[in-house]
Order: sequence, then structure tokens, then C-alpha cells
Amino acid sequence: MADKILKELTLKIWRQKDAKSKGGFETYKIHDISTGSSFLEMLDILNEQLVSENKEPVAFDHDCREGICGTCSLFIDGRAHGPDDDVTTCQLHMRRFQDGATITIEPWRCGAFPVIKDLIVDRGAYEKILQAGGYVSVNTGGVPDGNAIPIAKPAADEAMDAAACIGCGACAATCKNSSAMLFVAAKVSQLALLPQGKIEAARRAKAMVAKMDELGFGNCTNTGACESECPKSISIEHIARLNREFLKAKLKD
Amino acid sequence: MSNFLTSSIGKKIILSLSGLFLIAFLCVHLALNLLLIVDNSGELFNIGAHFMATNPIIKIVEPILAIGFIIHIILASILTLQNRGARPIKYDLRRQSGNCTWASRNMYILGGLVLIFLFVHLWNFWWKIKFAGDPLLAEINVDGTAMENTYALVSGLFKSSIIYCFLYILGGIFLGLHLTHGFWSAFQSIGLCNQIWRKRLECLAKIFAFIIAAGFCIIPLYFMLGLAN
Repeated sequence: MADKILKELTLKIWRQKDAKSKGGFETYKIHDISTGSSFLEMLDILNEQLVSENKEPVAFDHDCREGICGTCSLFIDGRAHGPDDDVTTCQLHMRRFQDGATITIEPWRCGAFPVIKDLIVDRGAYEKILQAGGYVSVNTGGVPDGNAIPIAKPAADEAMDAAACIGCGACAATCKNSSAMLFVAAKVSQLALLPQGKIEAARRAKAMVAKMDELGFGNCTNTGACESECPKSISIEHIARLNREFLKAKLKD
Repeated sequence: MSNFLTSSIGKKIILSLSGLFLIAFLCVHLALNLLLIVDNSGELFNIGAHFMATNPIIKIVEPILAIGFIIHIILASILTLQNRGARPIKYDLRRQSGNCTWASRNMYILGGLVLIFLFVHLWNFWWKIKFAGDPLLAEINVDGTAMENTYALVSGLFKSSIIYCFLYILGGIFLGLHLTHGFWSAFQSIGLCNQIWRKRLECLAKIFAFIIAAGFCIIPLYFMLGLAN
């Protein structure tokens, strides 16, 4: 069966020439969109239309288009990654929208993620937090046997759940406080749960939290909005663990 | 512990601990207040109030309680201001109702409303008992001990003013809403939470918030309905 066609959509899109310019909303009409196409494909079609009209296409982030790279973003109709739960924008399909709908598309709004152009924001702040301590230090040399250090299955599972974070920024973008705690918690958790990561756990928790604060992210108030919008369903139980790790580290100081 | 208070998590841990301290105070306060509706003669409440006013431990705790309130309010204000600043450009369209509770998004406003109520409440009772005095507080004798008639002051207010009754009911509701999020959130911020305990704490928070709100609302309702006579 052929996919249904959405005859007309109105797109209200944030346009901004560059980081220094003042942006504003532009409204575009787009026609005959298949409900089977993804949200980003719909934007591709819009851009082709804009190019053919000799207009500047809309800049937006995208890469793998299969929900694993964390490059795509977009605040669609008031929600990070659009109306679906547990998906990235590239996994969102047009079947979620009604014919004739007006769709509002905004970039992530967060002081620490400045807009570079149109819908693209600079998420370098997350990289800086990772550089502050989101790693384990290992000696170079032969590859160690994967099973040399026994790890309990529940700990391995929890670490894997935290490691599912793709760093897309939806947590800070959706948080009413622009807090990056879910991201930092996932990165601290994935390492703190494993023996290899325990060695640097105290230094890591302090360094990453200090960097997060320095970059101007807000303070977590445990609303839980981040875990609802996280495309990888990362739980805020990791935030509780980060709080524990931080408190433990500070008590030792 | 260097820079503990300048860090986001450090401030939140102190905010949570002060919140839990205030929760403990609420339990004692409500337990004593319920004596108002247990005994219509007012004797039990007067004995309770007299005990609290004269007990040396309570005298020590009283200024600590005031400090607890001040710390809670100051830290909440600092955190809220920082959070406002963290998003200089707001979203044009936001749909938050599906991903978090109304109370969790409006803790500062709810806290502010409770604070306004607290000032009115202190003016009604604490200020009069401690400093200004009131004819209703005329000394009485219960079982050979001379004490102020605190019951007359409280019952007098609720019997004479339906506006105050409603104000106290509203205060109870705002406090309850604040606690639906505050109670479990405090444990989460300290780190005493995980996947299993989160469900338990969230459930406990709702029950606790209901008990506190209902408990404080029942008292003005009791007097409004004329059950005290």
C-alpha cells in the first residue's frame, strides 16, 4: 500500500544568518509530502524547493540518519526530537503529522549551545565536559583480554544503558533549567560502574561537574523531562549516581 | 570540601538537606496542631503549646529552624536565578506537560506562595504570642500550671474570619503541591535514589504531601463548619 500524501504543510522555521546575527521565524509552505518520508527528508525536499527558488536553504545538523550518531537535533512543535518518545529527529516520520498542520521548528535553546546558523547549534560544550574527565587512562601496550576483569552482569548492563548516550543535547535543550546533568550523569555512570573507571571516579566526577557549571548549564531540579525526551531513554537514576559520586568525592577532599 | 557550595550539586545537596529538615519540622507542627480538633476545650492544645514554648530543646531548635528556612530560600533563589540565566533565548513553543509534572516545573513559585503564607501565619500567631500580645491570650490555669490561652487565639481567628480560613486552606494546598515534588527530589539530589527507590519515594512523596496538606486544611475547615463549639 502506498503511503498517504500530506497535501500541504506550513513550516515555521527559525532562520539565523550566523552566530552574531539576530534570527527570526520564516514561514514556508510545502506540498505533497509522503507520510513515509522521515522528518529530515521533508526538510531536504524543502531545501530543494528553496534552492530552485534561488533562496538560501535551511541549515540543519544530520549525519547517520539512523539514530545512532547524535548529530541531528531540532525542537519540533515544542518538544526535543519532535512528538515521538525515544527517537531522534532522523527517526521521526511524517506520519506523525496531520495534513494542513503548522510545524514549528526551532534550534536547541540553551545558553551553552549557541546557534551557529539557522537550526544548527554548537554542542562543543559537551565535548569540553568529556575532555574534563569522561575517559579512562590506560597504558599503551598489548590488548588486554576482555574477560580478565570479572564484571557483574547487573553492573555491565547498567553501564551499557548509560553508554547508550549519543550526546545529542536533547536533555539540556528540553530541561527547563538548561541543565546538562543527564548527559554528565550518563558519562560518569558508564565509567563509575566498571572497575576500569573506578580508579579515576572521584577526580572525574568533580572535574566534569566543575566544567558543566563553568560552561553555564543550569542546575538540575529533578523534573525528569530529560529522560522523557532522551532518544536513548537514559534514566535519571544515573543523576542520583552522579550526585552520590560527587558527594563521595567531595567528602574525601 | 573546597568549592562545595559554589558547585551546582553542592548547592542542591544543601537545599535538599534544609528541605528535609523543614519536612521534619512540618511533622511535629502538624501533630501538635491536630490537638486543636481533638479536644474542643482547648486544654490539650494549650498544654502542647506551653510545652513547646518552655522546652529547652525546642528553644535551641527554634533559631536553627529559622536558619533552615533562610538557607532553603536563599539557595532556591540563587539556583532559580542561575537557571533563568542558562537559557537567554526562550523557545517560541514548548510542550512540557507530557514530560514532567506541573509542580516540579513550578517549585519556586509554589515555594514563594508558601513563603507569603508563612509571613501571614507568623503575623497571626507567632508575633502575637512572642511579642505583640493579644487580649485572647489572657493567662489561664491548666492542672495548676499557668499558661497563655493559645487555643483562644487560634480558634478566635478561624471562628471570626472565613477569609483567613480559606487562606490557611490555600496555604496547605500550596505546601502539599510543593512537597509532591520536594520530598522525593530531596532524596534524589542527595543521591539516595535508584530505579527501585524512585518509584517508592515518588509514591511516598504523594502520600506524605496529601497527609500534610489534608492535615493542615482540616483545622480551618473544622472551625468553619462550626464543629469546635
